[in-house]
Amino acid sequence: MQALDDLKAEATAAIESAGDSAALDKLRVEWLGKKGRVTDLLKSLGQMDADERPKVGAEINAVKQLLNEQISERKETLQQAAIAAQLAAEALDVTLPGRREDLGALHPITRTIDRMAAYFGALGFEVVEGPEIEDDYHNFEALNIPAHHPARAMHDTFYIDDTHVLRTHTSGVQVRTMETREPPLWVICPGRVYRCDSDLTHSPMFHQVEGLLIDENVSFGQLKGIIQDFLHAFFEQDGLAVRFRPSYFPFTEPSAEVDIQCVKCAGEGCRICSGTGWLEVMGCGMVHPRVLEMSGVDTERYQGFAFGMGVERLAMLRYGIGDLRLNFENDLRFLAQFR
Amino acid sequence: MILSENWLREWVNPDLDAEALAHTLTMAGLEVDAVTPLADGLSGVVVAEITSAEPHPDADKLRVCSVNTGSETVQIVCGAPNAASGLKAPLAQPGAKLPGGIKIKKAKLRGIESQGMLCSGAELNLSGDHDGLLALAADAPIGAPIEDYLDLNDRLIEIGLTPNRADCLSIAGVARDLAVATGAEMRAPTIEAVPATIDQTLPIEVTAAADCPRYLGRVIRDVDVSRPTPLYMVERLRRAGIRSIDAVVDITNYVMLELGQPLHAFDLDALGGGIRVRKAEPEERITLLDGEERTLTPDTLVIADHQRALAMAGIMGGEGSGISGETRHLFLEAAFFAPELMAGRARHYGLHTDASHRYERGVDPELAYQAVERATQLFLDCVGGAAGPVTDVTSSTDLPKSESVTLKAASIRRMLGIDLATDEVTRILTGLGFAVEADTDGGSWLCTAPSWRFDMGREADLLEEIARIHGYDNIPVEPVRGAASAAAAAESATPQSVIKQRLVARGFNEAITFSFVSPELQHLIDPEIEPVELKNPISSDLAVMRTSLIPGLLGAAAHNINRQQTRVRLFEMGLRFIPGESLAQTPMLGLLLCGRRMPEGWSSDAASVDFYDMKGEIEALLQAADQRLTFRSAVRPGLHDGQTAEILLGGEVVGVMGRLHPSAAKTMNLPEQTLVAELALASVVGRALPNYQEISKFPEVRRDIAVIVNRETPSASVLDIARAAAGAALADARIFDVYEGDGVAENAKSLAIGLTFRDQSRTLTDEEINESLSQVIESLGEKLGARLRH
Repeated sequence: MQALDDLKAEATAAIESAGDSAALDKLRVEWLGKKGRVTDLLKSLGQMDADERPKVGAEINAVKQLLNEQISERKETLQQAAIAAQLAAEALDVTLPGRREDLGALHPITRTIDRMAAYFGALGFEVVEGPEIEDDYHNFEALNIPAHHPARAMHDTFYIDDTHVLRTHTSGVQVRTMETREPPLWVICPGRVYRCDSDLTHSPMFHQVEGLLIDENVSFGQLKGIIQDFLHAFFEQDGLAVRFRPSYFPFTEPSAEVDIQCVKCAGEGCRICSGTGWLEVMGCGMVHPRVLEMSGVDTERYQGFAFGMGVERLAMLRYGIGDLRLNFENDLRFLAQFR
Repeated sequence: MILSENWLREWVNPDLDAEALAHTLTMAGLEVDAVTPLADGLSGVVVAEITSAEPHPDADKLRVCSVNTGSETVQIVCGAPNAASGLKAPLAQPGAKLPGGIKIKKAKLRGIESQGMLCSGAELNLSGDHDGLLALAADAPIGAPIEDYLDLNDRLIEIGLTPNRADCLSIAGVARDLAVATGAEMRAPTIEAVPATIDQTLPIEVTAAADCPRYLGRVIRDVDVSRPTPLYMVERLRRAGIRSIDAVVDITNYVMLELGQPLHAFDLDALGGGIRVRKAEPEERITLLDGEERTLTPDTLVIADHQRALAMAGIMGGEGSGISGETRHLFLEAAFFAPELMAGRARHYGLHTDASHRYERGVDPELAYQAVERATQLFLDCVGGAAGPVTDVTSSTDLPKSESVTLKAASIRRMLGIDLATDEVTRILTGLGFAVEADTDGGSWLCTAPSWRFDMGREADLLEEIARIHGYDNIPVEPVRGAASAAAAAESATPQSVIKQRLVARGFNEAITFSFVSPELQHLIDPEIEPVELKNPISSDLAVMRTSLIPGLLGAAAHNINRQQTRVRLFEMGLRFIPGESLAQTPMLGLLLCGRRMPEGWSSDAASVDFYDMKGEIEALLQAADQRLTFRSAVRPGLHDGQTAEILLGGEVVGVMGRLHPSAAKTMNLPEQTLVAELALASVVGRALPNYQEISKFPEVRRDIAVIVNRETPSASVLDIARAAAGAALADARIFDVYEGDGVAENAKSLAIGLTFRDQSRTLTDEEINESLSQVIESLGEKLGARLRH
């Protein structure tokens, strides 16, 4: 049936060249609608011989079905193309920066204190704080540093009046803790401290973290253990050499200064460690019994140790900060490096 | 303290090189700060004698010398002014090496050959004297290597002594610790009493026995002060940092370095009547050896004669009674002054001397006897003379008492965590000079401290001695164990560290500024409070304690703006100090914003932050607060009158925020829009414990209205009234637009309000919502004269 084949070819060509879904809808009406050309053919079946009718009818229906499918396919193709075109049109430069608030940064001193507090906190030490304008008793007397004691000369104290000073260490907080609480005491005291000294290696204000442990059965060996473990954790170097050197603080006895192997040169000797291979990082010792007695601790039952470290010193070693004064300039180009 | 290694080794010579010796001292508690070779790399320099010195034919200042090296006579060209026939001086021969790596070669100077170089002290690293050749003693052996003759193969050991170890401020003291720490034998020079050969004494009267429990004096007649100090003594003093004066003074200093006893020598002829050790008279004046006249306070101890004060006891001698070129007879003083009474006195007069340093920390009260004999012998050896008997004025009751202290083996175990052999404990304590009685079963030791230790009153003191000599390194490290209970924080407070992290996430950088600020900056922000002043500020711009965190933050912002930063967001946490009947030291949070609202970028405009940026930060910060947050207009010095607000929580003022006053911004070179805020930290950390409320399953309905109110009407009032009128179903009320201008009267503004309604148990009907809206509109009209905008 030549006419049907021609019809099919014409319709197929029309469908394939249809540009959008509206054109396809139009074609569907033109060919398959109630008055469509295929529909017309079906209608003309009645005029055919009865024996040809089923065969021709089947052929026409096959064409009808085929065209239907072609229209649907074409529609799908066009839709896909439209989406693809939209996506292509909406493509962005993904390398342009996003809209954002910049992340700020904690000061390296805070960051360092936080790390110390985290270590000691995990052992059960609690953070306690206290006044920075401190009375003479809590800053000196109660720590076994009476007036005119030579150790006072080492402190370069800022005076407010005859009986008040800017605290030269955070030890006064430890005294206040011993006065008001019953042992066992596991506390650390971070905070600002002040010394009347200002040059390349001294700032009139700096930070300390001091610790106090008052409990039963506390020995110098245990102090060594905690301090060594802390320093290993702080510098994330398990093999870091730590040495305890006899020293003198009025409030501890025995007292020690703690040196670590220079973290810059690994003990070879460099500018940072003045060629010694060692860096002094903190002081510690067994709490002097007189200090315990003055604060009302039962020395028959309890003893303890205390330690103190300069936060700037440890932060500067950890992060490679070469100039102490950078810590207090608050230059954003400095601060932003500690995100 | 600096001492000569060779001198120390005369006293005790352990089989250790200099480095190991220094380490041993450090680990025994005498921290060695430095070991410096005295004449590093010196060789090829010998003692030589100039036999003739003729002018150089072609140079005015040079001389051509014949020099005897012991093995030959060589020709040396020399420019030193003191180059003269007969002088003995060091000669660096060709091939010699001088400190600093200089090598000596034959050379021609103005056409005349010089076979080496005659040296000054400075060229040998000996003294700062560049002016002439180092003149050696007439009996110096010609040809001897100079390092042997001057004992230059020596090192300077610098020890940073802790204040409790005054007993180590001498060769003898350091040697004692070194001996017990190493087990090496101590070889102290024998000091014998010098018998009196004359009878003369000077009367000594001590009226302040508590300050001066012991005073020894001795007359030595007919000394020859023109005789030079022996070279070894000059060198040892020099190596300890003490300049040679004359033989008598040098000997007193030498004995102080050797034994630790400060001594003073008076010119006997300058003393009138006798010695009186007494407190200063009111307004008494004295001119000390430094040439300064001082008015003495009555608590100052003086050494006087019968007319006047001669010396500030234990600190410094006076002018006119010391040794001079005319001195013929000496009066030697060796005293013990009570350390607790000496403490702080020198500093009171702005003085610090070798003597005061020792007396403040404590000099062995028994040492005076030995020191007098040692010095007398040296006087007789060096300047001749005849010694009288020693006059000893001692008040036994005022001398320090050596208390006995029991050391228990159990304490060693308990405090140090080690067990020590009984013999070792006894050895250590005996070596340190303690009188020790060991208990028969080894459980305890009864110890009496030596007279040179002032810090041995209780068992802990002995434990420290045991620990440091046994060695801290030898105390085993115990495994770390935690506390029996963990420290848990209350949930009603947000940890400070969390607050800080939130601020950081919102783009703030943390500042740490000094707690003391300049009075001017302080005045700019807080002129009404007189801040706490420091008595001894480090500088005038760090002189007062801050009453607010804002001045410090402004300073930090200015630092950054002056360095081309376009956007500054800072916070600080710390105390502020408000004086009053009781000083308030309150933890605060300070915030500062200036510059661009958003970081510079292709999609953000360059708009600056303003008041509402800061307000938003505070609202966000206090969103978890357990009380209602409100703001009210306020006026504060230093801030913009129209853009400042008090921050209230539950109706209580907890802080202030606002824009920096334009004139302050100008003064500080900060952007016009610089926003600051300060809040009590306690208000920021407070939070309510969450208490879960059922989430409604029913839909919410939003209705928007626009009302016109007076321009001055606070929008907060509008919202408050709306909330109160809307009824229980109101879930949220917010202002989403503010409009002034066309269509709205001159003094009015239009506020667009979004109201959200919701019920827990059912869907609300239109009628109910309309009823609520009508009530809101009616109430706003009644209370604020507001009318609906159409």
